[in-house]
Amino acid sequence: MKPRNGISAQLQALPFAALFLLFLVLPLVLVAVVSFWTATDYELIPGFTGQNYLDVFNGCGNTAELCVTLKTYLSTLKFCFLVWFITLVIGFTVAYFLAFHVRTEGMQTLLFVVCTVPFWTSNVIRMISWVPLLGRNGAINQGLQNVGLISSPIEWLLFSNFSVVLAFVHLYTMFMIVPIFNSMMRIDRSLIEAARDAGASGWQTVRHVVMPLSRTGVIIGSIFVITIVMGDFVTIGVMGGQQIASVGKIIQVQTSYLQFPAAAANAVILLITTLMMIWGLTRLVDIRKEL
Amino acid sequence: MKTTRPKSFYALAAVFALFVLFLYGPMLTIFVLSFQGPEGGLTFPMRGVSLHWFAKLWEGMGVVDIAAAFRRSLALGAVVMVLTVVMSLGAGLAMRKKFSGSTLLFYTSVASLIMPSIVVSLGIGLQFRLIDTAVKTLFDGSPWLEGYSTAMGMFTSALGAHLTWTLPFGLLIMLAVFNRFNPAFEEAAADLGASPWQSFRHVVLPLIAPSLVGVGMFGFTLSWDEIARTSQAIGDVNTLPLELQGLTSTVTTPAIYALGTVTTVVSFLVMGGTLALMKLLRK
Repeated sequence: MKPRNGISAQLQALPFAALFLLFLVLPLVLVAVVSFWTATDYELIPGFTGQNYLDVFNGCGNTAELCVTLKTYLSTLKFCFLVWFITLVIGFTVAYFLAFHVRTEGMQTLLFVVCTVPFWTSNVIRMISWVPLLGRNGAINQGLQNVGLISSPIEWLLFSNFSVVLAFVHLYTMFMIVPIFNSMMRIDRSLIEAARDAGASGWQTVRHVVMPLSRTGVIIGSIFVITIVMGDFVTIGVMGGQQIASVGKIIQVQTSYLQFPAAAANAVILLITTLMMIWGLTRLVDIRKEL
Repeated sequence: MKTTRPKSFYALAAVFALFVLFLYGPMLTIFVLSFQGPEGGLTFPMRGVSLHWFAKLWEGMGVVDIAAAFRRSLALGAVVMVLTVVMSLGAGLAMRKKFSGSTLLFYTSVASLIMPSIVVSLGIGLQFRLIDTAVKTLFDGSPWLEGYSTAMGMFTSALGAHLTWTLPFGLLIMLAVFNRFNPAFEEAAADLGASPWQSFRHVVLPLIAPSLVGVGMFGFTLSWDEIARTSQAIGDVNTLPLELQGLTSTVTTPAIYALGTVTTVVSFLVMGGTLALMKLLRK
């Protein structure tokens, strides 16, 4: 039966749609357009120039040394890969434990909520909460010195590549756990039993039954983690002691100096790179399924 | 049914316990350190226990008026919360009926979720800058323009930026809720002669009310902690998390931990309130 029409669907969805048109679609179109404009210190000048893009890749034809842009992208990609890999391993393990080893539904919900609660608290707070542990005089350095393992504090614990990766993993493993857990909960339990009956070991069951069937969750989680790390400037800024470059940081700095066309060109390139990675990711998984 | 646990259970349980420790350990550390004595520093040991740093916090840190930023973020969070609930509910209800553009709308909101925040923020910042230029050109010399500096602000650009982040979560929750919703209830209501509004008000709304509270919580907490999307899309005054981010590089006293404790307590209060309200509504 078709429900009697109250307010039309379009009207109900209108505020939602209007918001995205005004604050997502239009701004993104403007970013694309302005990336071809020029600017002085105090005003934007409409035009059509490729200069902003040329500036981004300035010196990139030089084969002897990498240009700034490529170096920055390489560094960001390195973070991206490391964080993706670590969050995937931890996220998969935790989700697997929750989905297949915790027996009662109440316990499952409770432990799941325990994993997601930090998501609703402040990211910056969660970043600086590492300071008393990792700092020069932090708990880890003090502890190691007290037991005589090291004579002087380890310097690379905080405001380093290490602390950046650590903070990313700390903040965003949740984005892996939730979709993977969701996929795993949809797996028909009789499949696991069938695998066991057919003589598969625990690991073989995980490898050949659970992993392929959690694929959707893994892809969704990966997309979240990759897009977050690619565009990040807050975590890399705070945990890198404002010393480590990232693509997001370039855009942020250029915007704060009101160099909108340059920032827009960088944003367009970032967006294209990220989209290509997402596309590649879905491809990659598809191809493997075909084999 | 009692069966013995496989060995892998204990290994995985240990990994899980370590993960939880990893999640909560550092937060617990700054919670403890925020009660550091007046002589204490950013790291252990504790030099006495006091509320000294909370008092310092309330007096304001340098040029930053924390109490004002706190109130601003609270107000913005409340507005984002209400709008997220209303708009997500509207879109969720609309998507139960297939309408042209519903697929596009769905993918737009998913795109908003995975769009690098700095790009969205830059776009909104740019948009408002162009609006300012247009306003100043159009009304050049008019007395109406006196004192006008920018259209950017808490409840214009920042509000929009926050909603691009909270609404996709709201919509996904609403879609999940309506996927499991049994239309038989509404049909029964219609058979008994209820108008669409009556059936919504007396049948649908009570059933989905707990989920709406959940959507509201997403709206508030995500807004309360938002930085990346707000960063380029805010006018002269900052939200609390933006002030906090600025303070991380300048403040070298436990006052910053006290601020961390205060904001986390607000987040937990909202979560606790949400759970209590959901329980109450389920009765």
